[in-house]
Amino acid sequence: MPKLSSNVETSLENPIAQSTVTIKTTSDTQASNTIADTLPEQPLVRIAPGKSGALRVRDVWAYRELLYFLTWRDVKVRYKQTSLGAAWAILQPLLTMLIFTLLFGKLAGIQSGDIPYPLFSYAGLLIWTFFANAISNSGNSLVSSANLITKVYFPRLIIPAAAVIAGLVDLGIALIVLVPLMIYYRVSVGLGLVMIPLLVVICALLALGIGMWLSALNVKYRDIRYAIPFLIQLWMFASPVIYPTSLLPEKWRWILLLNPLTGIIVNFRIALFGGQSFEWKSLGVSAVVTIFILFYSAYSFRRMERHFADVV
Amino acid sequence: MRPIIKVENLSKQYRIGTRDSAYTTLREALVAKARAPFSRRNGHSDQTIWALRDVSFEVKPGEVVGIIGRNGAGKSTLLKILSRITEPTTGFVDLYGRVGSLLEVGTGFHPELTGRENIFLNGSILGMSHQEIQSRFDEIVAFAEVEQFLDTPVKRYSSGMYVRLAFAVAAHLQPEILVVDEVLAVGDAQFQKKCLGKMGQVAREGRTVLFVSHNMMAIQSLCRRAVWLDGGRVCADADAGQVVADYLQRSFSALAEQKWDDIESAPGNDKVRIRSARVRVEEGTPDGRITVHTPLSLEFEYWNLVPDTCLNLSLVLHNEEGVLVLNTGPVKEPVWHGRPFPAGLFRSVCRIPGDFLNDSPYRVTLYVIKDQSTALFVYPDILMFEVCDTAERAGWYGKWPGVVRPDFEWTTEQSATSQLPQHLSNGR
Repeated sequence: MPKLSSNVETSLENPIAQSTVTIKTTSDTQASNTIADTLPEQPLVRIAPGKSGALRVRDVWAYRELLYFLTWRDVKVRYKQTSLGAAWAILQPLLTMLIFTLLFGKLAGIQSGDIPYPLFSYAGLLIWTFFANAISNSGNSLVSSANLITKVYFPRLIIPAAAVIAGLVDLGIALIVLVPLMIYYRVSVGLGLVMIPLLVVICALLALGIGMWLSALNVKYRDIRYAIPFLIQLWMFASPVIYPTSLLPEKWRWILLLNPLTGIIVNFRIALFGGQSFEWKSLGVSAVVTIFILFYSAYSFRRMERHFADVV
Repeated sequence: MRPIIKVENLSKQYRIGTRDSAYTTLREALVAKARAPFSRRNGHSDQTIWALRDVSFEVKPGEVVGIIGRNGAGKSTLLKILSRITEPTTGFVDLYGRVGSLLEVGTGFHPELTGRENIFLNGSILGMSHQEIQSRFDEIVAFAEVEQFLDTPVKRYSSGMYVRLAFAVAAHLQPEILVVDEVLAVGDAQFQKKCLGKMGQVAREGRTVLFVSHNMMAIQSLCRRAVWLDGGRVCADADAGQVVADYLQRSFSALAEQKWDDIESAPGNDKVRIRSARVRVEEGTPDGRITVHTPLSLEFEYWNLVPDTCLNLSLVLHNEEGVLVLNTGPVKEPVWHGRPFPAGLFRSVCRIPGDFLNDSPYRVTLYVIKDQSTALFVYPDILMFEVCDTAERAGWYGKWPGVVRPDFEWTTEQSATSQLPQHLSNGR
């Protein structure tokens, strides 16, 4: 009987009487006056309908710590209670690489030029795995954070963004495996390495653009959840992940170029293995398409954002 | 004094109905788009409801304002708009301070993370900076009393520990405006006392509190002012004691009496018709409310249209949660029970003693029974009344558990002769 005991205790201390008194004193004494004096002239926030057209990058910046914590949570939680832990970040592309090496390298005999096929496909799979995980995680992120969205305010953009950024950690881990692989195949590295951060950033932004658009649509149309794996599968075969662009006849290659991932993957390999100069044209296409997608999805995300809490 | 919150003509419309509601499928949207040129229906013509309608009020800094109203009156919608979770349809709110909301404690807790990790995660979700959390970390841990389990994943916490930790983080938010929704429902008595103390402290520091609760006692003792929402509109906005009294009065009179004087149109059939039903308070409280101590009567008048029928009434009481509390009939009624009724008007009274029903709104369903076996007529929800808690019990604001709340007799006595072994008796 929790209640009876509490009655006895409180009759001794009488916390209600206390709190009533304190509240009464506060509302007409100095404490509140000082607060009143410090009230800003203009409201900090005006909550009104339809005020969410702008991108409000500043808002996201103000919540950057939350972005950090959500990313940190995603990373922290991902491999909890798995016995292999972060090794999964390596195993995923590594095992895929082995299978593809067998299937496409040995059986189908895809030619990867000067670079040994395992190395060639591992490099492609690295960036691809990051991209695929990023769009699928961020695409589902809003729906799985429904409890946050309906309880607390913060710029919603942070949720899909955190999902993309958390994938960078896996990418970093998987990159480490490249070192022994490259030593084994005696591939030397060059100055091209400095391009890698830039390529990763473009790839992350592209993933963010697509991920946040999908995540916002997913809130309203749960079909998206089922469409994402399918989309990813198709996209993989439409990108030069496990085959070189040279596999296609010259006159069809421009189609591959339309895919913003092509420029990223191709140049990622060049940055790692050297052997030729960067393909600036395809990289330019990637950058332009990425920027376009990013702005479009940010805009439509902001437009849909205001209904999230009502719909999710 | 200038307000810290200014709400003006705030309205929020929700779309209800089946077609265009929450989970639209992509196919439906595409089909609707494709059809649009050929059809005059635009898919938005479904029913809508106004969860809030032209709500205006101002809150001064340092005020503690209670918000009351029935379920669905718009309280939660108002809080959701104030905490920027959802947007209003029309109108606006100006906030002159940072808002922290305790809409539900434990938001964003991740079961796999440890207590320590969750404090940081939850704190930042609630809008605290890393520094703020760091500086209040020890306080939070001490408040939640979870020192030994800081590095245990919270999924292994007991539910009590979980709630305590969640509330502790939330309680250490320091916004100028604190929005609180029904936190008093959590935790045990001891912890509840701490929470109340914390809210008192928040108010003492001159910060503004909006407090939503169904618990009228808590509202009365914590707030000076109360806003009563009904059907999305502000129905009263005044001194808390007054508003609460009016509110309880209104809920009491919800359906305390019904009368049908015209036998032709009275509810019933060709065997029996109801003339009146009412809840009567025998020795009521001054303001006419029914409290848990008030004895009350349920009175019914009815016409028997078929001579020589063995009639009896039977009552079923449901409480707020829809639990069937009891079924009662006049089995021990001395005069008419078991006797055939002649045609005519009858009156039956059921007396329910005080200290029996727990606090809750009740719905009464009336059955008219023939030969103690056949229901001739059923009138669901013929009466509704509310039994209120009394303000006299101090300290505990939680709901008294149980369907009924009888005041049983207890005795305690000292068995005179028994001698305790010396080493066990701790007296001096």
